[in-house]
Amino acid sequence: MSRFEYAPAPESRAVVDIDSSYGLFIDGEFTEAASGQAMKTVNPATEEVLAEVAEADEADIERAIRAARKAQEKVWGPMPGSERAKYLFRIARLLAERAREFAVLETLDNGKPIREARDVDVPTAAAHFFYYAGWADKLEHAGFGPDPQPRGVAAQVIPWNFPLLMLAWKIAPALAAGNTVVLKPAETTPLTALLFADLVRQADLPAGVVNIVTGAGPTGQTLVTHPGVDKVAFTGSTAVGRQIARQLAGSRVPATLELGGKAANIVFEDAAVDQAIEGIVNGIFFNQGQVCCAGSRLLVQESIADELVDRLKDRLGTLRVGDPLDKNTDVGAINSARQLDRIRELTQAGEDEGATRWTSDCPLPEKGWFFAPTVFTDVSAAHRIAREEIFGPVLSVLTFRTPAEAVAKANNTPYGLSAGIWTEKGSRILAMADKLRAGVVWANTFNRFDPTSPFGGYKESGYGREGGRHGLAPYLKGGIG
Amino acid sequence: MTATSPARSTTPARSTSGGTHPATRTADQVAADATAVVGSADLSNRALRTFLHGLSGVDQVGLDGRATVLGTRSIKTTSKAWALDTVIAMTDLTTLEGADTPGRVRSLVAKALNPEPGDPSCPRPAAVCVYGDMVTVAKQALGSAPINVAAVATAFPAGRAGRTARLADTTDAVEAGAEEIDMVIDRGAFLSGDYRKVYDDIIAVREICQQRAGEPAHLKVILETGELATYDNVRRASWLSMLAGADFIKTSTGKVSPAATLPVTVLMLEAVRDFLAATGVQVGVKPAGGIRTSKDAIKYLVAVNEVAGEAWLDPEFFRFGASSLLNDVLLQRQKLATGAYSGPDYVTID
Amino acid sequence: MTPTSTTTAARVDVRKTYKLFIGGKFPRSESGRTYEVTDAKGRFAANAAQASRKDARDAVRAARAAQPGWAGATAYNRGQVLYRVAELLEGRRAQFVADVAAGEGLSARRAEDAVSAAIDRWVWYAGWTDKVAQVAGNANPVAGPYFNLSVPEPTGVVAAIAPQKSSLLGLVSVLAPILVTGNTVVLVASEDRPLPAITLSEVLATSDVPGGVVNVLTGGTAELASPLARHLDVNALELAGVVGAADVTWGELEADAAENLKRVRRPAGESEPNWKDEQSLESILAFTETKTVWHPKGM
Repeated sequence: MSRFEYAPAPESRAVVDIDSSYGLFIDGEFTEAASGQAMKTVNPATEEVLAEVAEADEADIERAIRAARKAQEKVWGPMPGSERAKYLFRIARLLAERAREFAVLETLDNGKPIREARDVDVPTAAAHFFYYAGWADKLEHAGFGPDPQPRGVAAQVIPWNFPLLMLAWKIAPALAAGNTVVLKPAETTPLTALLFADLVRQADLPAGVVNIVTGAGPTGQTLVTHPGVDKVAFTGSTAVGRQIARQLAGSRVPATLELGGKAANIVFEDAAVDQAIEGIVNGIFFNQGQVCCAGSRLLVQESIADELVDRLKDRLGTLRVGDPLDKNTDVGAINSARQLDRIRELTQAGEDEGATRWTSDCPLPEKGWFFAPTVFTDVSAAHRIAREEIFGPVLSVLTFRTPAEAVAKANNTPYGLSAGIWTEKGSRILAMADKLRAGVVWANTFNRFDPTSPFGGYKESGYGREGGRHGLAPYLKGGIG
Repeated sequence: MTATSPARSTTPARSTSGGTHPATRTADQVAADATAVVGSADLSNRALRTFLHGLSGVDQVGLDGRATVLGTRSIKTTSKAWALDTVIAMTDLTTLEGADTPGRVRSLVAKALNPEPGDPSCPRPAAVCVYGDMVTVAKQALGSAPINVAAVATAFPAGRAGRTARLADTTDAVEAGAEEIDMVIDRGAFLSGDYRKVYDDIIAVREICQQRAGEPAHLKVILETGELATYDNVRRASWLSMLAGADFIKTSTGKVSPAATLPVTVLMLEAVRDFLAATGVQVGVKPAGGIRTSKDAIKYLVAVNEVAGEAWLDPEFFRFGASSLLNDVLLQRQKLATGAYSGPDYVTID
Repeated sequence: MTPTSTTTAARVDVRKTYKLFIGGKFPRSESGRTYEVTDAKGRFAANAAQASRKDARDAVRAARAAQPGWAGATAYNRGQVLYRVAELLEGRRAQFVADVAAGEGLSARRAEDAVSAAIDRWVWYAGWTDKVAQVAGNANPVAGPYFNLSVPEPTGVVAAIAPQKSSLLGLVSVLAPILVTGNTVVLVASEDRPLPAITLSEVLATSDVPGGVVNVLTGGTAELASPLARHLDVNALELAGVVGAADVTWGELEADAAENLKRVRRPAGESEPNWKDEQSLESILAFTETKTVWHPKGM
């Protein structure tokens, strides 16, 4: 028994009303799915069913795209940018006003710690709308020509790891540029997108500008391959991204693909060690490691490797794993049983292939899908845990001797989303940053996100950028991606 | 980090077991520990510089961020009750004014002896902290009560006096019976790179503390972090003070802004944690100045728990230097007991 | 001494052997194959090397090896090197005019215009090397104590299918923008009109462009494009020249390219554009990645 036990400090879930079932949000109102099919969404921390949501089929998608088309051509496209801007500012404000509600709902549906939903997901989502709102009437200054035009109707499919934030990353720039959208949230985390539909109602956004269709993989497939779509944006696995790229081949529909990663987090012997430890922890245990840009491969200079790993394990001992609604929880639930199985399979492979496994002895809740923070040492570049995206709280530690070796190992992956560098030597940071083949390089920090900062990958991590001025390009004719 | 870095130890950094109390070491042992850590017997300015500048750097933004996250811990119910009592027991109830009078000091002592009239379960502060000339008054007023008298010394707060005067100041306080001495380092010497001067000052003051009749006086070394300006300097000054035998490293005099901050305290907690790993000696930490609310104080306790470890959750190894903090903690304590918000009329003014 | 004949026939010219251009060298196809290239009127012009998939593989390897060095050169240096190419093109303009006139069936006047436009285009792109980052990069004002900068970087190795009809101006319009930021290229020349591409190779070989930065394959577009589209060490695909090529569509190549998520620049339309107007910053940016670097600001 330690001297200072933190009593549970659960966030009240009374701030959210979850309906027992949800329809599709098309043309400004909730409607039943034509198919009549529904699926259940589950709280991963308790395995209780939160709600039933409709599964959209081809007829529903057709209806949503038609609504989006009409809204784009008749209302949203012709509307002056300054007017569009005000709607987006409204949305930003409404999100901030209802931040608590969104945060709690996100935590319930996704399993992420309320501290992260409250301090990262929701405020960053609101900031994203606020940022792009300001672009809506300044597009001619964005560097994409004197009179940039929207592409039209955007089909957007988002993942389950940051449901609301990914929605914001998709919808805000699309709307600012004058497009209308049909967005499909992930099968396991549809609730904040459906609550967002209520916010769209409060904002008086014209009908059809934002349409939310729920469903699983087939729904997404139907959406992105629909001939009525002018633009596809997808965030998710590389496997699905590849499939979408193949399906859109030969068409005139451009895609933005934000896919997987296997980021190297490189720690040099002269790093600010205490901050590097925090960066490593934040890099791989933020959102249970279910982050495409997670720093899942720790590359440590051999001269400090043992010490660093000892300190890291010690630090991990202070991570609190458990009830995501508890404000003191650092690591919450894995989003789905399927994902938990995947993490278990890969960690088992790590053991089988000869890596040394260390797992925090923190207590885990009896119900729900949890996985204790895990670190593998003695990992070689050939091991599956060093190559495949685990998407869980599992860190693989490799060592290097020289900067050139660090670069070679960091780049030795088909992915190229992000990378981290820890050193107190400025010139080394800049040289490393030049050589790392990754779309986001965090030096002496990790997992920072900002609406003004472009995000996206090299190589099989996808193409196109979201965020910042660059994030407008995919939604404008003539823009890249 | 360089080969001489003490942080090379492979022992787990956070400790639940603690280590040797620094005050129990002889001067020779202190010197031997310092020599071993620095990796040089002469402890020249050059050797000290090589060592201190070889310590791992501190990234300001990263440290500030870590402190912010620690500050988001939510402490409720029984944990909060325990934390409030612990804060009181770790407090050095302080008055350090030019206008201090015997009456003012006696009043402070009375508050320390009986912080919550009518509630004998309320703990007492660890010490009262006064100027050296008030030690006799404080000692008399305390009688045999188990509360220490801490005296600021060495030409507090600026420390701008010759060594003779600084040491005489210390001797007076120790001879008057002070159980604890809060000295200031020579920030000018530190900032000009004369680390050996700072080291020698501390050694000399410690020697006087060790000479105290009965038990040695415990030595708290005030870094005045607000004048050291950078976190790198705070880490170096922490190590320098610990090498010279400090029992506690203390943030501030309270006379310079900024005084104690959570990031600086986190940094100093990392330093004592690493010093324990390197030497087996457990040094205490005292943030002082600017901590006024229970909410803030509890954040510091969370930092102690998660950065240094629970071995430091003890008045022997963690103190708050504060004057107005106690009453806020008492108000919170009443709120927890009665469920109703209390008001300033329900705690005594010392 | 025998007096020289006053009735000597016209001099027999020395003809050029057209080969591949890989890694700065001019090899024959490893397959040993050649194919007959004719001029616009169907007369024999040359036997061009008919490159194989193995030649394509070698070209990718050469392009990959050259890429870090080309990207690592300073933008100023790349600009100078590319500008130097324009100087050399000017010096060889007579041959380009002859090649273009014969191959594309243009009048001397129009061939001159096409060559002039190609040289001018090369100069235009050469001037971009040290400006792209300024125009397409950004300092990003993030809400926190961080320095944050986005810069365009080369995507890596680009396989480019050169236009089938416009054998020099189209070729330059496709090739030059890819090189600006530091990409290296495996270029598949126009199947029926490959000679200007080979002549350009000869210019490049005598310029300061490092070997392997540009690699030129002649042969069947369909035969070469497919292995390049599927090659996992190719980062991007420029498909401008697939329209009008036999036995291959840009859609199937794009589908192949999806295997490793290559960046694909689709043809602008279903027929070859008028290359006079095809000069844009967008052509450069299509083969770049935006890299964003964060660093804390603290004392």
